[in-house]
Amino acid sequence: MARLRSLARSFLPFLVAVPFLLALQAATPPYRTLVLINVGVNVILAVSLNVVNGFTGQFSLGHAGFMSVGAYATAKVTLALADVQLSFLPVAASDALLFGLALLFGMLAAAAAGLLVGLPSLRLRGDYLAIVTLGFGEIIRSVIENTPALGGALGLTDLPLHTTLAWVGLGAVATVVMARRLATSTQGRALFAIREDEVAAEAMGVDTTGYKVRAFVISAAYAGLAGGLIVHLIGSVSPSNFNFVRSMEVVVMVVLGGLGSITGSVVAATVLTISLEALREFQQYRMVVYALMLVVMMLARPQGLFGTREVWDLWRRRKPAAAPPGPAAPGGGAA
Amino acid sequence: MSEALVEFLQHLVNGLSVGTIYALIALGYTMVYGVLKLINFAHGDVYMVGAYAGFYLADLLLPGGTVQGDGVAGAMVRALLVTMGAMVLCGLLGYLIERLAYRPLRSQARLTSLITAIGVSFLLEYGFQLQPWGFMPIEFPPGPTPRFFPELLPRVALPLGDVNVSNYDVIGLGVAVALMLGLQWIVYRTRFGTAMRAVSFDPQVAGLMGIPVNRIISWTFVLGSALAAAAAILNAVPRPQINPLFGLMPGLKAFVAAVLGGIGSVPGAMVGGLVLGLAEEFVAGYTASSFKDAIAFTILILVLLFKPEGLFGRVTVEKV
Repeated sequence: MARLRSLARSFLPFLVAVPFLLALQAATPPYRTLVLINVGVNVILAVSLNVVNGFTGQFSLGHAGFMSVGAYATAKVTLALADVQLSFLPVAASDALLFGLALLFGMLAAAAAGLLVGLPSLRLRGDYLAIVTLGFGEIIRSVIENTPALGGALGLTDLPLHTTLAWVGLGAVATVVMARRLATSTQGRALFAIREDEVAAEAMGVDTTGYKVRAFVISAAYAGLAGGLIVHLIGSVSPSNFNFVRSMEVVVMVVLGGLGSITGSVVAATVLTISLEALREFQQYRMVVYALMLVVMMLARPQGLFGTREVWDLWRRRKPAAAPPGPAAPGGGAA
Repeated sequence: MSEALVEFLQHLVNGLSVGTIYALIALGYTMVYGVLKLINFAHGDVYMVGAYAGFYLADLLLPGGTVQGDGVAGAMVRALLVTMGAMVLCGLLGYLIERLAYRPLRSQARLTSLITAIGVSFLLEYGFQLQPWGFMPIEFPPGPTPRFFPELLPRVALPLGDVNVSNYDVIGLGVAVALMLGLQWIVYRTRFGTAMRAVSFDPQVAGLMGIPVNRIISWTFVLGSALAAAAAILNAVPRPQINPLFGLMPGLKAFVAAVLGGIGSVPGAMVGGLVLGLAEEFVAGYTASSFKDAIAFTILILVLLFKPEGLFGRVTVEKV
C-alpha cells in the first residue's frame, strides 16, 4: 500500500502535467511559446544546480560543461536516428519516442561526466571546488573543440527541431519533482547535513564523499537534459553555446532564489527569463544588471529571496519539526 | 645552433615571458588569500582594468599612440609614468572593491564572499563592454571591440642568433623580478609585512595585539591590485590587443599558479607562475596548441589531487 502510494506520488505530477502542457502548447502563440520554452529550460538548469549548490552546499561553476555533454550526446543520437522510424507507431509518436530516448542518452552521458567531475571533488571544498568545476567546464569545451567527430569549434548543425513546449515543460516538471522528492528523502537529509557542516556530518557517519558525488551526478544529468532540449530548439550546437557565462547565469538564478529553495530557483528562473526578455533593448546592460544583483543580494540578503523555504511548507499539516531551523540565517533569517 | 635547440630556446623565452605575467598576478591572489582566505575572483579583471588604465594614460601622454620625439629617455619616462599611474589607479580600485564589496561580508560565510567576488568580476567585465556613455572626457566605457595598446617603447630585437628575443622580453623580466623582490622585501622586512603575516596567521589575535586588521587588509588589496596593473602593462606592450574579457583567462590561470606554488606563499606564487607559463608554452609548442587553455586546469586538478598544499605551502588541518 505504501509502495503504491509512493508510486502514485511520483507519477501523479506527470499525469496532471501532460494534458496541461499539451493544452498550453496548443493555446500559446509562437513567440510566447519561445519565451516559455526558455523559462522551462532555465527552471531545469536552476533547480538541478540547486541540488549541488543549494542542497549540498558545494559551490559548482561547471553547469555549462554538463549541458554541453548532454547536448552533444543528444545531438549525436538524434542525428544518427534521423532516418529511423518505428514502423509499428505513427510518425509523430515514433519521433517523440526516439527523441525521448536521445534525451535519456544525453542525461546518461552528462551523468557520467558528473561522476568524473564529482570524484576528484571529494577532496575539495568551497573555493577550490568552484575553480575546479569551472576548470572542468573549460576542459570539456577544449576536448569538444578538438574532436573532429563533434564538429570541432564549428559544432554540429542541421539537428532535427524536436523541442516543443510540452517536452520542456515535462522536463521542468520532472526536475522539480526530482528535487522535491530528493529534499524530503533520507538522501536529501544527508545532503543538507553536508551543507550545514561537512566535518560534523562526516563524524555523524554520513558518507560525505558518496553523497557529494551522487548530488553531482543527479545535477549533471538534468543539466544534460536542458542541453539536449536547447540544441533541438535552435537546431545546432557549438562549444561556444556553453561557456562560463552560461554557468554564471544559472548560478545567479540559484543564488537569487535562495540556495536550497526549489521554489526560489523556479521563481528566480521564471522572473529573470521573462524580465530579460521584456528588456530586450537593454541587452548590453543585461550582464551588468546580473552582476549588480548578485553583489547587492549578497550584501543585503545573502540567503536569497526564499532562503531555504518552500511554497509547500505553507500548507503542510504537521508542524515542520524536521525543517532546518534557519540554516543559512546567522545574520537574520526572518522574512 | 641546431633547429631543435633554437625551438627549445624560443619556447623557453616565450614561456618565461608569459610565466612572469602569471607570477605577478598570482602574487595578488596569494596575498589576498593569505590574509582573507578568499579567492578574489575579480583579480583577473583588476588586471584588465590595469591594461585599460595604461591605455588611457598613454593616450593622454602620447597622443597619436606612438613614440615621437624626446628620444629614448623621454619614452622611458612616459612608460614609467603610464605604469605607475596604472598601478595607482588599480590600487585604488582594489581598495574600493575590498571596502565596498568584501569588508561588509567578512563575518558571513565564505561562500557569500565568493559569490560577491564573482559578481564584482562580472560587473567589471560587462561594465567595460558597454558602449561609451559620451559625457566622459575620455571614451569610457571602452566597449566590446578590442583596443590596441600604444607602443610605449620602440621594439628592438636583440642579436641572439636565431632565437627571437626583444628588449620587451628583457625589460618585462627585469621589471617583474624587481617587483617580486620588492614585494618579498615588504613582506619579510617591513613592519607592514610583519603585520600582514600576523593577520594571515590569525586575524583575531592580530587585532588583539593592536594590529589595525582592516587597514592591513586594505593595503594588501592595494598592493596586489597594483602588481596586477604592472603585469597588465608588461603584458600589453608586447601583446597589444586588449578587450574587456581578456583578464578572465590570465586571472584563472594565475590562480592555478598560486595554488601550484602553495597558496599564501609569495615565493610559491612566483615559482608557480613560471612553471605554469613554461608548461603551457612547451605543451602548446610541441603538441596541439588548441589544448593550451585546458593545460592550466589539468595541472590544477592534478595538484589538488596529489599535493593540495602546493609546492611551498603548509599543510592545514580542518577543524570543526
